[in-house]
Amino acid sequence: MNSPRTSCLLLIALLVFCFGVGAALSPQYQFMHLTVNGKGWTTQPDRQSHRLDISRAGGDIFNVVLGDSRRMFAQSFYVKADAYYHSGYYPSMFDNKEAFQTQHMAEDTGAVNSKNHGDEESFLGPERNWIDSFGRHFYPTRHTHLDEGGASGDLSGSEKVGEILPWLKLSADLNPDNPQTYTVTAFWLRERMHKTAEAEAFLHEGLRNNPDSYDILFELGRLYYESYHDTTRARNVWEAAVQKWFAIGDPEVMKENKIVFEQITTHLAQLEEDAGNLPRAIYWLQAAQKVSITAGDLQKRIDEIQAKISAQK
Amino acid sequence: MKNIFAVAGVVIKELYRRKDFYVLFIVTVLICLVMASVNVFNDAKVARYLKEICLLLVWMSSLVIAVTTTARQIPAEKENRTLLPLLAKPISRPELIFGKFFGCWFACGLTLLVFYVFFGMLSATKEHEWPLLDYLQAAVMHWFLLGIIVAMSLLGSLVFAAPSSNSTICFVIIGGILFVGRHLDQVAASMHEPLRTVVNTLYYIVPHMEFYDLRDLIIHNWPVLEWKYILLALLYAAAYMLVFLTGACLVFRRKAVN
Repeated sequence: MNSPRTSCLLLIALLVFCFGVGAALSPQYQFMHLTVNGKGWTTQPDRQSHRLDISRAGGDIFNVVLGDSRRMFAQSFYVKADAYYHSGYYPSMFDNKEAFQTQHMAEDTGAVNSKNHGDEESFLGPERNWIDSFGRHFYPTRHTHLDEGGASGDLSGSEKVGEILPWLKLSADLNPDNPQTYTVTAFWLRERMHKTAEAEAFLHEGLRNNPDSYDILFELGRLYYESYHDTTRARNVWEAAVQKWFAIGDPEVMKENKIVFEQITTHLAQLEEDAGNLPRAIYWLQAAQKVSITAGDLQKRIDEIQAKISAQK
Repeated sequence: MKNIFAVAGVVIKELYRRKDFYVLFIVTVLICLVMASVNVFNDAKVARYLKEICLLLVWMSSLVIAVTTTARQIPAEKENRTLLPLLAKPISRPELIFGKFFGCWFACGLTLLVFYVFFGMLSATKEHEWPLLDYLQAAVMHWFLLGIIVAMSLLGSLVFAAPSSNSTICFVIIGGILFVGRHLDQVAASMHEPLRTVVNTLYYIVPHMEFYDLRDLIIHNWPVLEWKYILLALLYAAAYMLVFLTGACLVFRRKAVN
């Protein structure tokens, strides 16, 4: 049996060796790029390869401990936030989840395409037997939303929606590549908790991790326009969001995200109308009409603006 | 009754001499304090995540204490050769079983009291309110659940060869019931015969431990439950405790003690 001194010395030697290997490999990682197909690494990048983000690859504790499974955990924490939004009234894997396909906390921001259908009030269904019937007294069985008072039903306590934020923050830490986490968090921070500065900082963090995200740009534009009343910055950000949306290229993805495009363009139209640039407002409404399912309503708005232009002449 | 409480007293003294509870309590306190110091968008009122983590740790700690303390009671008496002298004195075998049961159950009650006081203080620092009735209901339900678990582990300690195997099997059963117990009938519905009948029978005979898990109601500040439902749940728990303890007495009656 080795003495404790020998064991300690062996441990120290191992530590020095590990540190040495780490120090030797670190500079090489800084020049590594992800190959085009995303399956390997290269030190000789071409135009389409992506550079390895050293801060995320090495320094992030979640990445070191969890690896790629952190995305799965991120999704489960995102769903957890939605369960908090419902004060614990949430379907399990055994229940009917049709009315919870899209998280309600995201749906209520108005910038997400909802896939929900069915009755959200009664996913538990009728009572199956006496055990099920008796058991329902011991867990939440009423559909509520935190921004509408939650379990207490007290509407003055709508800032309680902040209870979802720790899980959203954790979800963003685990998977910084999901733009929706940033937009949902920023929306509730700004709308209900009146923490505009924190919302802006979080959106900027999201933008650093997802520079091509039109969702984050849209939410950032809303923040500038609705909270700071900064028309110029809001316009710039929303126009950048439109460009990013057109840069998607894939028609399927564009079709799936057309609600965001409609939101961006209708907000741009409103901004231009408020700023007195009526022809520009019509331009954006016509752009929105191309993807909207309520093209008739948009046409009515176009007609109203055209009437205003005629009146001005 | 005197003999039963004498045995129970020894078990309680044993618990506070051992380090299990102190270690688990300190770990719970440290983790909760670290989590409480997390800055969530400069909002000091966000509390529910902390309540959830704290209650999860309380539940895990209490289950560990209940199962491990109970599982080693009778095997330790055998190993130390104190079981035979104990039964040679005017203590009957059922009295020993009930004494051990009450000792472990009361010991669990004491640990729960400490854990829930800490939980209440922690939650009060964030929410600035102390819903005592809610906490009382949650703690009482939790304690009765531990009663079922203690009785089950005690029976297990007489059936299985070693405390380790007994503890493992108990943890698997408890985890299984807490996670899927409520949905066993739904699982059965998607199965073919004869498995369907087996799972359905299981659904009706296992103790539904999920009744006693009021964490969601406490975390999300749901109103206090009606006491009649609490009382019915406590009676249900008492019935299962009696079933397991009767089983333990029957097994122990035929068991060689030397």
